[in-house]
Amino acid sequence: MNSKRRNTIALLSMLGVACLPLSACKRSAPVFNGIDITGASYGSDFHLTGHDGKTYTLHQFKGKYVLLFFGYTQCPDVCPTALTRALNIRQQLGADGKQLQVVFITVDPERDTQPLLAEYMRAFDPAFLGLYGSLQQTEDVAKEFRVFYKKVPGDNSYSMDHTAISYLYDINNKIRLAFKHEQSAEQCAADIRTLIQTQSS
Amino acid sequence: MKIFNQILLTSIFGVTAITAQAQVKVTDPWVRATVAQQKATGAFMQLSSPQDTRLIEVQTKAAASAEVHQMEMVDNVMKMREVNGVDLPANKTVELKPGGYHVMLMGLNAQAKVGDVIPLTLIFENKDKKRETINVNAIVKPLTQMSMPAH
Repeated sequence: MNSKRRNTIALLSMLGVACLPLSACKRSAPVFNGIDITGASYGSDFHLTGHDGKTYTLHQFKGKYVLLFFGYTQCPDVCPTALTRALNIRQQLGADGKQLQVVFITVDPERDTQPLLAEYMRAFDPAFLGLYGSLQQTEDVAKEFRVFYKKVPGDNSYSMDHTAISYLYDINNKIRLAFKHEQSAEQCAADIRTLIQTQSS
Repeated sequence: MKIFNQILLTSIFGVTAITAQAQVKVTDPWVRATVAQQKATGAFMQLSSPQDTRLIEVQTKAAASAEVHQMEMVDNVMKMREVNGVDLPANKTVELKPGGYHVMLMGLNAQAKVGDVIPLTLIFENKDKKRETINVNAIVKPLTQMSMPAH
């Protein structure tokens, strides 16, 4: 192979690489702050009891965006922070905030009774939904959503280690994004706006 | 002039004595509000000390127990563990805030309502095993409080 031909091939392959992101831009693939987990095989549904005593499944929220995460009310730090972020996301979305259903699933059903969950949700936003199940149901739903949790005994009480990821579902109940705990309300709200735009176009 | 020097000397000693008594400065102590039936919550504050010392214990009449905990995020899993203490290096502000250290109040005697005052006793120990006790009144802030503005 002469050097001219080699150079041409090198040039072509460089162009090829450069074209990839360009063509992606043309299709206007959405860019998210959260982790895009569209098509993930897990977290497809839940069957649990709400803080109002009614039974809920994910499919009841068809037509709404769902922000879902796991936690427990005796948590002093991560859970109130995640719920406050959810509140801020809804506020930042303005009128679109009504399209977002926030769902909180307890990993501590022994202490998070229905009345406690009801009061806790109401303290943040009466539109938030707290869900609980039996110990077995909690284990099953955590497994389905790839959420880790573990009871950690202390001297006088216990705390719960748990996954601090929030999942976002689109209006067709499809899992789309995973938000890390560190992501801001602004970043999450921007992602939801992007989803709303791509779904309505 | 001699008298003046004496006065100056006395006032310098006076100031030194006060500083030695009140070593650790506690700023903005606050407690996260609870809803009825919620038995645990966290207390947060900023600490600074002119000399190396260590927060080793917290006591309160408002709950059955108080422990110093550290929150850690490991592969997106939140872990909370009791720690033996929190080191305060000299002149460095150490924050007990969401995402880091907090005082875990467990077995609350009553619901912590916004505006309530929760008395906390903080016990510090320096490397010479000398202890210092500071009483603070922590204000109960809303459940949605993220952290206090820095001063």
